[in-house]
Amino acid sequence: MADLLRANRREAIALAVLLALLTVYLVTHPRGMSTYVMTIWANQCLILALAAIAQFFAVIVRGIDLSVGAVMALTNTVASYVLAGSGIGLAGGVVLVLLVGLACGLVNGILVVYGRIQPIVVTLATASVFVGLALLLRPTPGGQINYDFADAMTLDVLGVPTALIITALVIFGFWMPLRRTGLGLGLYAIGSSEQAAFQSGIQVPVIRMASFALGGLFAGLAGLYFSFVTTTGDAGIAPNFTLNAIAAVVLGGVALRGGVGSLIGAVAGAFILKTIGALMFFSGLPPLAQPFVEGLILAAAIAIGGADILRVRNRLEVFGR
Amino acid sequence: MARTLTTPDVSGLTVQPGALSCSRADFFLSNRGFTVNQTDDVIVRLEGVSKHYGATTALDGVDFACKAGEIHAVLGENGAGKSTLMKLISGVIQPSDGRIFVDGEETPLPTPRAAVERGLVCMFQELSLVPDLSVRENLMLGAPGSGLGRLPGAIVRRAQEVLAQIDGGGIGMGARVADLSLAERQQVEIAKAFARNPRLLILDEATSALNASVVDKVFTLIRAECARGVGVLFISHRFHEIEALADRISIFRNGALVDSFANGAHDYPAIISRMVGQKITDLFPAKPRARPEAQEVLRIDDFGWNGELTDVSITLRKGCITGLGGLDGQGQAAVLQGLFGLLKKTEGGIVLAGQPITLNSPGDAKNPDIGIALVPEDRKTEALILQQSIAANMELAAVGVRGINAEDPALYQPYTDALELKCESLDQPVSQLSGGNQQKVALTKWLALEPRCLLLADPTRGIDVKTKTQIYALLRRLADQGTAILLLSTDYEEFIHLCDETHIFYDGRVVRHLTGDAVTAENILAATLNIPAQQAAHG
Amino acid sequence: MSTRSKRLPDPDTLMPFAGAIVMILGGSLFFPQILGLGYLGQQLQIASFLGVIAMGATVVILLGHIDLSVPWIVGGAAILSTSLAGTGDPVLTALAIPAALVFGAIIGLINGFGVAILRIPSMVWTLAVNSMLLGLAVLNTGGFNPKGEASATMIWMASGTVGGIPTAFALWMLLTALLALFLGRTGFGRYLSSIGYNEKATFLSGVSTPSVIFAAFAIAGLCSAFGGVLLAGYANQAYQSMGDPYLLPTIAAVVIGGTSILGGRGRLLGTVGGVLFITLLTSILSVMQISNAWRSIIFGVIIIVMLLIQTLRRKES
Repeated sequence: MADLLRANRREAIALAVLLALLTVYLVTHPRGMSTYVMTIWANQCLILALAAIAQFFAVIVRGIDLSVGAVMALTNTVASYVLAGSGIGLAGGVVLVLLVGLACGLVNGILVVYGRIQPIVVTLATASVFVGLALLLRPTPGGQINYDFADAMTLDVLGVPTALIITALVIFGFWMPLRRTGLGLGLYAIGSSEQAAFQSGIQVPVIRMASFALGGLFAGLAGLYFSFVTTTGDAGIAPNFTLNAIAAVVLGGVALRGGVGSLIGAVAGAFILKTIGALMFFSGLPPLAQPFVEGLILAAAIAIGGADILRVRNRLEVFGR
Repeated sequence: MARTLTTPDVSGLTVQPGALSCSRADFFLSNRGFTVNQTDDVIVRLEGVSKHYGATTALDGVDFACKAGEIHAVLGENGAGKSTLMKLISGVIQPSDGRIFVDGEETPLPTPRAAVERGLVCMFQELSLVPDLSVRENLMLGAPGSGLGRLPGAIVRRAQEVLAQIDGGGIGMGARVADLSLAERQQVEIAKAFARNPRLLILDEATSALNASVVDKVFTLIRAECARGVGVLFISHRFHEIEALADRISIFRNGALVDSFANGAHDYPAIISRMVGQKITDLFPAKPRARPEAQEVLRIDDFGWNGELTDVSITLRKGCITGLGGLDGQGQAAVLQGLFGLLKKTEGGIVLAGQPITLNSPGDAKNPDIGIALVPEDRKTEALILQQSIAANMELAAVGVRGINAEDPALYQPYTDALELKCESLDQPVSQLSGGNQQKVALTKWLALEPRCLLLADPTRGIDVKTKTQIYALLRRLADQGTAILLLSTDYEEFIHLCDETHIFYDGRVVRHLTGDAVTAENILAATLNIPAQQAAHG
Repeated sequence: MSTRSKRLPDPDTLMPFAGAIVMILGGSLFFPQILGLGYLGQQLQIASFLGVIAMGATVVILLGHIDLSVPWIVGGAAILSTSLAGTGDPVLTALAIPAALVFGAIIGLINGFGVAILRIPSMVWTLAVNSMLLGLAVLNTGGFNPKGEASATMIWMASGTVGGIPTAFALWMLLTALLALFLGRTGFGRYLSSIGYNEKATFLSGVSTPSVIFAAFAIAGLCSAFGGVLLAGYANQAYQSMGDPYLLPTIAAVVIGGTSILGGRGRLLGTVGGVLFITLLTSILSVMQISNAWRSIIFGVIIIVMLLIQTLRRKES
């Protein structure tokens, strides 16, 4: 147990912080802990968590994806056209939305792997393209989603918010198994030392491509879930989510230099970020002061995380590897 | 007295010459029968292979073959093309020209994976281990048969068996590679390669950080593999290793294969002159009479830091080369760092020309009033900026220093001339130079500041013989001109033949201060292990 | 030693200029008015706002870092200067520009503190600083567009002309020249690029790398703040999130100008080209009266094409 904690220190800290914040939130919330409160909270958290997972797949291989929000906007606008029906049409719509996300990720991947351009620059440019496409589809917010289906995805099952069930599914049904495969290992290997991974016989282009594909897929999932929550399509949601996803990933202990951290951390980071926002809302602080205090907390959390560097007694150690 | 090159250049402190010749005899006895039966099973053959990097030619029309069941050593100076050859055969780089045959069929090796799948497995000089992953994960990484799906667990067990045979059984499978020592990482690297069932095993300086008893065990393993018909390709700078292990020796110079012969056909000096292309008689410059009364330049008193250094007192004198020795990580590196302003909260004092000083950064240290320079150990990440030009690198330390015009070429020329820096132009990126020439740039960068006190961290590690002689000669000349030199080294020959006095470290303390005739291999060895001298002589 | 050549503008630096010229000529086939002095002068004026900000961003990117607090340094400087000028008090009005610049420099130093001392990745720390600044602005203005107006000087700097040249453009060129001189003459430029390649080796060369990082972020903060002042002068007001549209084009301009996003390699002159290219691209797309959506798509595609040409060219050489 102690070993497990030590190996996953970053995730453990993030989860502890999250639990503390959540407790405070539920205690201060005027309606206390209820399914309703939990559901609203979990829905908001899950949207950002999925976006953070998309960002995680870029960061773990030592990249940054500035197109996460743009892919969400695009998939959200696509969803507002194809999720109005029911039955097979609806299922096909869901698949289509996810395919769009996947395709966006692959475009990024191709440009990075074969165009040899830095991920941050590629995604800066493709984000513009994706937002443009979203604007073509929905110059103004609109469209609709099958309400029954949206409700099913955003309410609760026997009192447990569906969003939390989805979160658990992603972690236990997707991430845990993935971590034990050659692909999961390859992601970390490339992020930690691309040269060593290559010399060990890892197919670097394939893994990198897969990481972008997974990133696109999860950005698509985020866009899809956003559609369920808002039940409309809006092309203007990109900037917020991109930057918040980066912040979430960092709060969750994923190192921007790649190779360190986990999807669970990214999810925890997203939940923390959203919970802080929600806490503000009921905190009694003047509404105008809330964005500032939120920013302050974010900065303080990051600064405290960095402060132990001051205790280093060899001046070379600050340069990392 | 100058030392003449008649005995093997034994770098590394722990191998005794006697033991060496013994193991070599054993080897030939035990392998005699096998050597005769050797078939002409060529595993890999290179035909007219060249490799160019921009204008630089690393390998020039080389024909080369590795046979099954043969241990083939490759010798050459830095930049002679040895590592390029290894990288070509292991699929890390592609030839600019020429063809590669595997088992008689022309086979391009576009990636290391393609090479591994054909049984060509390399242990790399720059370790191919991923620092943030555990040992177990590293062993499975890219293993033959692994894809994007299930990971092969069997390879971990095989690797564990290998580790157990080379004193690495204590390495935890769950430990993060970044937390291992360099020696442990090399052991893992070796286990990783053996576990992949190689047909041709390529070792590129694979044992440089291991101590003699572990090296022996690795060699035993290699011989066993060889007896099973595995081919071995072997690069080492330690001549005694090659002598003990190789069936065949190939010598590379300036990117070409100059000679290939059976081990034992030529003696050491003959091999060296083939490597260098000219005859080198003296490795070390003549050592002047000791000057214990020379003027003191710098002194540290009861120096301590963070529990890693305790009560260290060392005096550097004008014109003296002072050696710092000991096993890896006994605190000697921290002394250099402390004198270069890299350590916080040190105890004790630093006294420069009678004045106590405090150093809070390398900038403080290089200030002309202080005049301390450090040439760090790691050329690629600490001493140089590889992407930048030679000129930019040499100027970086001098820029902004009072009273120096960093852009004046005359500042650097005396040193680049003395060291015979080989380059096409000073605008060439340092990354294109060979290791030896890189080290020359790193030295010039600091010598241009004309420091009063020069700190050197193992400046000849992994450097070829000729460059070594140039560096030794320059250091002696600088000392004669009055520079105080503090030399950290892992090569005890340097203490014996170059240094005027030597401090040996053990567990953060100076356990022996050797001067004059007391600087002998036995005394150094004993002090290194912190045992009395007589005991070492008998053991 | 004598073989060391003087650095001439390399193809990476010249490419965006060539791209800009191609765009003007190509655009003029459909819209002859593009070749008019009026139009081009206006482009130079508009480019100056992005140019001043991108100048600072180049310094930070050369260092291997990134400054994501650009939007709210721009916005904050605009709000600060217009509020001071809007009071009508002559002293406060005179202080409008210096106060905004000091504000930018202070935020730059805060950025530098997080990056150089706490060693937080700049992408994260400057993002956090940006969100604090946003919060401060909301707290300060109540979430509405702040009252106030630009001073006469600000308006002249943004919209006036000197000897027929837009003042803003003249200022941009002057500042670029001064910064280039500073980078070239003091060794600061050399430190920036050395740190961008290898910070540890630079530190071990006796360079005070933290000071360089502080200075670089302070310069970037100053430039962003000055950009904010110019924008406020141009619009004669400050408004919420007026800096947001400048963050990504800034990075794009720097990168198209041949500066490596990883740090080390790059030149100020390239950024000037990148800024002209991006400004002209945006403007010609709007002259062509294409919808926002298509503008965004074409913008992205052209940037990708430029970057692909860059990497292809480098692979060949």
